[in-house]
Amino acid sequence: MEKFIWAFVIGGGICVIGQILMDGFRLTPAHTMTSLVVAGAVLGGMGLYDPLIKFAGAGASVPICSFGNSLFKGAMMEYELHGIIGVLTGIFEITSAGISAAIIFGFIASLIFKSKG
Amino acid sequence: MLKGHQTWVFESKPTIIASSAVGGPKEAAGALAEDFDVLHSDIWLGQDSFEKAERKFLEDACEKAIEKSGYKKEDIQFFLSGDLINQIVPSSFAARTLGIPYLGVFGACSSSMQGLALASMMIDGGFATKVLAAASSHNAAAEKQFRYPTEYGAQKPPTAQWTVTGAGAALVANEGQGPRVTSATIGRVIDLGISDPFNMGAAMAPAGVDTIKAHFRDLNIDPSYYDIIATGDLGAVGHRIAGDLLIEDGMDIPKEIFTDCGLLIYKEEQQVFAGASGCAASATVTYGHFLNRMRKGELKKILIVATGALLSPMSYQQKESIPCVAHAVSIEM
Repeated sequence: MEKFIWAFVIGGGICVIGQILMDGFRLTPAHTMTSLVVAGAVLGGMGLYDPLIKFAGAGASVPICSFGNSLFKGAMMEYELHGIIGVLTGIFEITSAGISAAIIFGFIASLIFKSKG
Repeated sequence: MLKGHQTWVFESKPTIIASSAVGGPKEAAGALAEDFDVLHSDIWLGQDSFEKAERKFLEDACEKAIEKSGYKKEDIQFFLSGDLINQIVPSSFAARTLGIPYLGVFGACSSSMQGLALASMMIDGGFATKVLAAASSHNAAAEKQFRYPTEYGAQKPPTAQWTVTGAGAALVANEGQGPRVTSATIGRVIDLGISDPFNMGAAMAPAGVDTIKAHFRDLNIDPSYYDIIATGDLGAVGHRIAGDLLIEDGMDIPKEIFTDCGLLIYKEEQQVFAGASGCAASATVTYGHFLNRMRKGELKKILIVATGALLSPMSYQQKESIPCVAHAVSIEM
C-alpha cells in the first residue's frame, strides 16, 4: 500500500513540475517535455533515477523523465561494449520499442481516423 | 472625406443592402444561433482539409449575401476579403470561385472591418456601385497555424480564446435599403510587448483603445452617440483591459453599451476560455446579430472596432512580440 502512495506522490510531483514549467515559466508543451527528458537523463547520469524507480515504481518509470534515464542507460551500455561510438549506437537501445511504437501506431491512427477539430 | 487625423467620413453613406453569417456546430449551439443564415453541423463541410472547409464557409457566406440582396454576382464589381490562413488562401480561392474582381485584405481579425471600410470608401468615392466585403476563420485551421494542431491536445491557459468557425459577408451599395456606413477610423499598429499567442486579447486591447480614442477625437463626438460600441475579439481578458485603459485615459464608456463580439457569440457553458476570436467573430456578430438588430429597429447607431493581432507563426517562434491593429466602422440606421 505504501508503494502505491509513493508512486502517486512522486508521479504526481513530476506532473506538478511539468505544469509549473508550462504555467509559471511559460514553456511550450514541447519544451516542457524535452526539459523533463533532459532532467531524467541528468538524474540517470548522477545515478539517482534508478533508486527513484525502486522507491516509487511506476510513479517514476511512467513519466517522460524515465525516457531520459533510459536514453542515458542505453548509451552507457553500448559505451561499455564498443567505446565512444557506443554512445551513438546505444542511445535508442532501450527506448527503441517506445519510439517505434509511437511512429507505427501514430501512422496507423492517421490512416484510420480524422481529426475532430 | 478625411476628418481629423485618421477617420473617413462617408458623405453618401453607403448602404449595406444585404449581409450574411455562416457558422459551424459550436456557433449553432451558441448564444446567437438565430442570427446565422446557415449553420453547418460539421466543421469539415465534406472537404478533406480544414483550410478547404474555411473557403467553403466563406463561399457560402458570399453566396448567401448576394442571394439575399436579389442581385446576381455579375452585378457586383469588387470583392474584398480577408482571413487568417497563410497568404489568405481561403479568400483568394473563394474569389476564384466567385469570379468577381478581387482585392485581398489582411489585418488579421480586423480584416472584417478593414474590408467594410475599404468597400464603403470605394462606393463613396464613386469607384463602384456594389462591393462585397467578407471575412472568415476556422477554429481547427487557426489552431494548426498559430498554436498546435488540435489532435496534439496541448493544454490551453484560461486567457486563450476560441477561434470562430464561420464567415460573414456584407454587400455594400450606393443605393438601396438597409443600415448605412457613415464613417471609419483606420488604426495605428500598437505593440506593448506581449508575446504570448495564448493571450491575444491583452495584446490587442491597447490597439482597440487607440482606435476608439482616435475615432471620437477625429469626429469630435461622445461615446454616448452610439447605442453599442463593440470591440471585435478581445474576449474577457482583453475587454476588461480595454475598459480600464479607456477609464485611465478619461473616456468612460458606459458598461451597457460597451461590449465585445467575442463575448456575445457563445454561451458561458461552452468552455471557450476567455471568449471567441478570429475574423469570423466580428464578421458574423456584426453582419448577423448587430445588423439584424438594426433592421428590427432595436439599434440605431453602432461602432464596431475590429481588433487584429498581426503576428505570424514565424514571428512568435522567433520570440517577437505581437503588434496589433484595430479598425473602427460606424454603422447607422
